[in-house]
Amino acid sequence: MALLELRGVGKDFGAIRALSDVDLTIEPGEAVGLMGDNGAGKSTLVKIIAGNFAPTHGSIAFDGQPVHFTRPVDARNVGIEVVYQDLALADNLTAAANVFLGRELRRRIGPFRFLDHRAMNRRASELFAELKSETRASDVVRAMSGGQRQAVAIARTRLSDAKLVLMDEPTAAISVRQVAEVLDLIRRLKDHGVAVILISHRMPDVFSVCDRVVVLRRGRKVADKPVAASSPEEVTALITGAKEAA
Amino acid sequence: MMASETSPAPAGTIETADFANVGRAAWWQRGFFASQTAYVAVALAAIVVVMAVLSPAFLSPGNVANVAKNFSFIGIVTLGMTLVIVTGGIDLSVGSVMALSAIACAMAMQALAGTGLASVPFATMALAILAGLGVALLIGLANGLLVARVGLSPFVTTLGMLSIARGLAYAVTEGRGQTPSGPDIDAFYAFTDGTILGVPMAVIYLLGLAAILGIVLHHTAFGRHVFALGGNEKAAALTGVAVERVKVCVYVLCSLSAGFAGILMTGWLGSAPANLATGYELTIIAAAVIGGANLAGGVGGPAGAVIGALLIEVIRNGLVLAGINAYWQIVLVGMIIILAVLVDRLRSGRTA
Ligand SMILES: Nc1ncnc2c1ncn2[C@@H]1O[C@H](COP(=O)(O)OP(=O)(O)O)[C@@H](O)[C@H]1O
Ligand SMILES: [Mg+2]
Repeated sequence: MALLELRGVGKDFGAIRALSDVDLTIEPGEAVGLMGDNGAGKSTLVKIIAGNFAPTHGSIAFDGQPVHFTRPVDARNVGIEVVYQDLALADNLTAAANVFLGRELRRRIGPFRFLDHRAMNRRASELFAELKSETRASDVVRAMSGGQRQAVAIARTRLSDAKLVLMDEPTAAISVRQVAEVLDLIRRLKDHGVAVILISHRMPDVFSVCDRVVVLRRGRKVADKPVAASSPEEVTALITGAKEAA
Repeated sequence: MMASETSPAPAGTIETADFANVGRAAWWQRGFFASQTAYVAVALAAIVVVMAVLSPAFLSPGNVANVAKNFSFIGIVTLGMTLVIVTGGIDLSVGSVMALSAIACAMAMQALAGTGLASVPFATMALAILAGLGVALLIGLANGLLVARVGLSPFVTTLGMLSIARGLAYAVTEGRGQTPSGPDIDAFYAFTDGTILGVPMAVIYLLGLAAILGIVLHHTAFGRHVFALGGNEKAAALTGVAVERVKVCVYVLCSLSAGFAGILMTGWLGSAPANLATGYELTIIAAAVIGGANLAGGVGGPAGAVIGALLIEVIRNGLVLAGINAYWQIVLVGMIIILAVLVDRLRSGRTA
């Protein structure tokens, strides 16, 4: 059974049709590269799946159940997590504090509930080890490299045992070495059976970690095929419109 | 989710607990010891030593008690102010709230003295103190809702509230100081201005509240969220932190700390004048900043609040003892604020 199934999804912003008639199916553990020019509708599609806003047309099913997300927490509750482009981390807190932000582990002492620092540090350390990242749970995020920050953001998604992780251009503003780290992190997620939708402008990213590539052009899906059956040249042609569809 | 639900790590993964601390800076290079609070504490100790040498009166029991009491009023409000500053906000209304709460408390005590409650032990005092704190709570709630819900700037909102509360203090009393009175007046003085084992009550309240604030900031989810708000408000919101509620709470707590300090000052002065604590907001913000709270948000704590407030009072007291014109203390406090922030900038610039 498909993990995520979009049928005829469309989104209008006033008179602007940002997205029209998109069908998309994601299987468990599958990594899908979402590509397209600026304004093609990639972020809009991901925001609909993440519950940032509801689609104007069409329907969504997750784990075989119809869903109607209106807030991000709706999507999070069924197992969809987002790694935001700017990573959404609090610089002044430790890695563990960021991983657990908003869902802290607490211990009851008398009538009060206190943070369970040890349990959170231990669990965060486990998650970083699982992701094969050198990030240390008790280090403050401010001093971390871009790759380590990605690990913190991705560890958050592991914490909740997400089934689908959405990543909007995670490699847009980081160094080459760090890109390799992030791609490794995505492979780790796949190893754990997590499905990933990766928005990226970088052909090598998509062709090295994704199973399928989906191309959007002016709000429409113009291609959806296994990366093995495509090529960077074909995808470039689809993005620019040199090739109509595939 | 509970830690006990975590699945065991798959065989072959590294035992994480072993390297959890590898590569961390030495204890004296991180945490409290690397903070602005720590070197301001060192500066404070140095100033105390110098003053003790220069002026024998400085460490006399009478002067120590005087300094302790004076700094405690400021220190209690600095705790609340620090909480607001850590979220990235500011509260300029605290001085006015001190006055209005003190007046509400004194007037309530006068009014209740003539009612049937006067025969119930401590009832008029308890209700009068609650009236003072209630006024502070309402003002804090107004500040918090305007900032968190309506989205007004903390600076402008609390500047307006500074004026509103001070104006009310004058209007309600027609400019006349209010004297607390009634059957519980002795109990009131004992509660606000007494001593336990020779320690002034204000000092005891300050240290007690500082300890509670330390626990709340570092060991509760609320405290964690206060820091998260100051570090990255958008991130906090995206991860499901109840941003509005946390913000309203910090303004309410700050206002309550001001109201409480105002009531204590009433006991000390024996009356609640409408000009009580005029201009204190600047000293309080200065104390918080000197103690290491960062106006950009995300940094600060109770130790810094106490140390900052004490440093300002020690210097003020030193100038008085040295017979230097009191106006110079205002100049000096300004210079210390800039110096403390400058030293912090230089230090973090070097280690970054
Ligand atoms: N909140 C919004 N209000 C109005 N128009 C929007 C909004 N978000 C996106 N759009 C429009 O929708 C189209 C698709 O945008 P987007 O999904 O951000 O594209 P991409 O992420 O592929 O660059 C663009 O024309 C953009 O201007
Ligand atoms: Mg985009």
